[in-house]
Amino acid sequence: MPGAGAPAGGGRRRAIRRIGWGSVALAGSLAGCGRGKADPEGPLDFWAMGREAEVVVELLAAFRARHPGVQVRVQQLPWTAAHEKLLTAYAGDALPDLCQLGNTWLPEFSALGALEPLDERLAAAGIPRDDYFAGILDTNLMPAADGASRLLGVPWYVDTRLLFYRTDLLRAAGHAAPPETWSQWRAAMQDIRRLAGARSYGVLFPLNEPDPLFALSLQQGPVLGEDDTRGAFSQPPFRRALDFYAEVFRDGLAPPMTNTQVSNVWDEFARGLFAFYVTGPWNIGEFRRRLPAERQKDWAAAPLPGPDGPGVSTAGGSSLVIFKGSRRKEAAWKLISFLSEPETMQRFHALTGDLPARRSAWRAPALADDPPSQAFARQLERVRAAPKIPEWERIFQEMQLTAERVVRGRQGADAACRQLDAWVDALLEKRRWLRSRRA
Amino acid sequence: MTRHGAAAWILAGPALGVIAVFFALPVAAGLALSLTDFDIYALADLSTLRFVGLQNYAHLLQTPLFWQALGNTLYFVVVGVPVSIGLSLAAALLLASRFARWQPFFRTALFAPVVTTAVAVAVIWRYLLHTRYGLVNQGLAAIGVAPIDWLGDPHWSMPAIIVFAAWKNFGYNMIILLAALQAVPRELYEAARMDGAGALRRFTDVTFPILVPTFVLVGILTVAGYFQLFAEPYVMTQGGPLRSTFSMLYLMYEEGFRWWNLGNASAVAFLLFVVIFCVSWVMLRFDRDAPGRR
Repeated sequence: MPGAGAPAGGGRRRAIRRIGWGSVALAGSLAGCGRGKADPEGPLDFWAMGREAEVVVELLAAFRARHPGVQVRVQQLPWTAAHEKLLTAYAGDALPDLCQLGNTWLPEFSALGALEPLDERLAAAGIPRDDYFAGILDTNLMPAADGASRLLGVPWYVDTRLLFYRTDLLRAAGHAAPPETWSQWRAAMQDIRRLAGARSYGVLFPLNEPDPLFALSLQQGPVLGEDDTRGAFSQPPFRRALDFYAEVFRDGLAPPMTNTQVSNVWDEFARGLFAFYVTGPWNIGEFRRRLPAERQKDWAAAPLPGPDGPGVSTAGGSSLVIFKGSRRKEAAWKLISFLSEPETMQRFHALTGDLPARRSAWRAPALADDPPSQAFARQLERVRAAPKIPEWERIFQEMQLTAERVVRGRQGADAACRQLDAWVDALLEKRRWLRSRRA
Repeated sequence: MTRHGAAAWILAGPALGVIAVFFALPVAAGLALSLTDFDIYALADLSTLRFVGLQNYAHLLQTPLFWQALGNTLYFVVVGVPVSIGLSLAAALLLASRFARWQPFFRTALFAPVVTTAVAVAVIWRYLLHTRYGLVNQGLAAIGVAPIDWLGDPHWSMPAIIVFAAWKNFGYNMIILLAALQAVPRELYEAARMDGAGALRRFTDVTFPILVPTFVLVGILTVAGYFQLFAEPYVMTQGGPLRSTFSMLYLMYEEGFRWWNLGNASAVAFLLFVVIFCVSWVMLRFDRDAPGRR
C-alpha cells in the first residue's frame, strides 16, 4: 500500500520498509520463476478472452509451422473477470507479453503507461494503415505527452451496432426499404405498431444496454466537453438523442424492458414482439442458429439510421497489444502480424463469426457475398470512437441508468441530464487537476 | 514478575506478530488509503496521489448510490436475519423434539446447504426461480398465483435473494441453537409441567429465556455476516435489476476492483465497519439488559 508507507521516518520504519521491499522482490522473483519472465527466449504469454481464446489456439498450428522457435502459451480469461485480472496483474507486475484488449479498455492501460507503441512496427511490417476501418483504428490512437498520437494497439476484430429487422413486418406496414433517417424510422415503427391489432412493438432497446442510445448520441455530437474533462449531457447533441430515445418509449414503440426481462430475444423476434433490434455482429450467427427455419427469410440487417441520412455508430471490438514490460516484444510482434494477416483473419471469422478489422480480409466470399455482413461493412465505414478516457466505461453505464430513469418516468430529462453532468464533473475532477498541473 | 512478563511477551509474540502483520497493518493501511484519492492515475504515477482528508467520506454520503446500497443492505439484514434465525429456531426445535426420528440424518441434511459453494447452488437457484420454467413458479401456479419474475423484477429480486441466503445459512445457526436447546435441564420442563404449563408456556417461560444469550450471539454473528452481502447478488443478479440488490460490499467491490478507486473503496469499507460496529454494540447492550441475565 504505497499510500500508507508515505509518512515514514526513523530507523525502524526504514528497516520495515527494507523487509517490505525484500518480500516484494521475493514475490516478484517467485512469480518470475513460474512464468519464465526473466528469460527472453522463454515461451510467449498471450492472454485472450472468452471464445476468442479457445479459437486462437487452433490458429496457432500455422504460426508454429512458420516460427518453430517461438513457443506460445495462451491463457483464457473470462470476459467478466478479465478487466480486474489485467489491472491486478499491472499492479503486481505480472502482465503477459501480449494480450487481447477490448478497445474501450485501451485508454485505461494507456493512462497506466503499460502499452508499447506499435507505429514503427506496423509500418515496418508493411501493413497499410488505411486497410483498417478509420474509426476503428482511431480507437487505438492515444494522445502522447508531446501532443502527437501513438498507435498502442492493432485492431484484431471489430464490432459495431446496427439495425436487425423483420423484413416481412416492415413490408406489411408498407415500407419497402429499411429506414435511413430518424423520421423514416419513427414512421416505420408507428406503422408496424398499428399493424394487426398492435401485436408488435417497433423496436427493442433493452433498458440495461447503453450502446443503442450512445450510438444515437454519437450521431449528434460529443457528450463530453473541455478536453474530455466535463460532462456535456445537458447540451443539445445528447439531448436530441435522448429525446428521440425517450419518445420511442413514451409513444409505446418500444417495450420498457431490460435484456433479462425478455427471456429469449430470438424467440420474441421470431414471434414478432418487435420489428427492429439494434445489436451487434455476433447476432448474425445467433439469428441463423436460433431463429426457426421458416423465419430465416424474414430478417435482414441495415446500417443505423441517422438524424438525416445513414448515421454513425459505435466503434467497438478488440485489439492486440504488447505490454511495455515484455522482454519478448519481437516474438510478440511476430504473433500479432501473423494474426493480422488477411488469411488468418478470414479463418478466424470462419471459426468465430468475429468481423475482421482489415478491409482486405473482407474480400472472402463468406463476407463479400453475405448480405448481413455487408450491412456491417457499410456501417464500419461510419463508426466513431468513444471518448478516450479511463473513466468512460463508468460514464457510459451512468448515462444508461439516467436514461432508464427518464424512460420510466422517475425523473424529467432536464433534471436527469443536469444531475448526470454534475456527477461526471465530479468524476473528472482529477483529470482537470492533472491538466492544470501539466499546463 | 518481570521474568513472567518477558515470558508472556515471548509466548504471545508470534501470535501478536501475526495479528499485527495481517490485521493491524492492513487496517491501518486501509484507513490511510481511505484518506487519499488513490485511483488509476495514482497507480500509474504515485506523484498524482493526493491526500484528501475526509472528502471520500463526504462524497460517499452525498452519493445516491451509497444510500441505495445501504438501504438495500439494511433491507436484507432487517428482513433476512429474523427470517434466517426463525428458520434455524424452527428447525432446531423440530430436531430437539422428543418425537424426532433419524435425528443425525436430518441434522446433516439441514446443515448441508451451509457447506455448499454459493456459486454452484446459485446456478441451481436460478433454475428454480426462472420465470417460465422454474419449479417455484410452477408450484405457485398450482395454487393459482401468476408467475413472478423473481430475479428480473426490482420488487422481487431482494426477497428472492433473502430466501436464497436464508436457505443457505440457516443450518449454521440451527446447530448452535440445537446445542443450546439440548443443554436445557430436563428438570425445568418437568417442574413446569407439574405446575400445569402447556407446550406454549413451556416454550415462552422456560426455553426462550434460557436461549436468549444464544440468540444474542447468533444474532450478532448473523447480522455481521448479512451486512457483508455480496456473493448472492454477484452470482444471481449482478446487483440488478435497477440496482435493487446492490449491497454495500458490492459498492466497495465495484469502486475498488472495477473502477480502481481504492480510496473510495476503503472509505466504503470503513463506513460499513462503523455500521456493523454500532449495530453489534446496540445488540450487546440489549444482551446486558436481557431477561436471561437477570
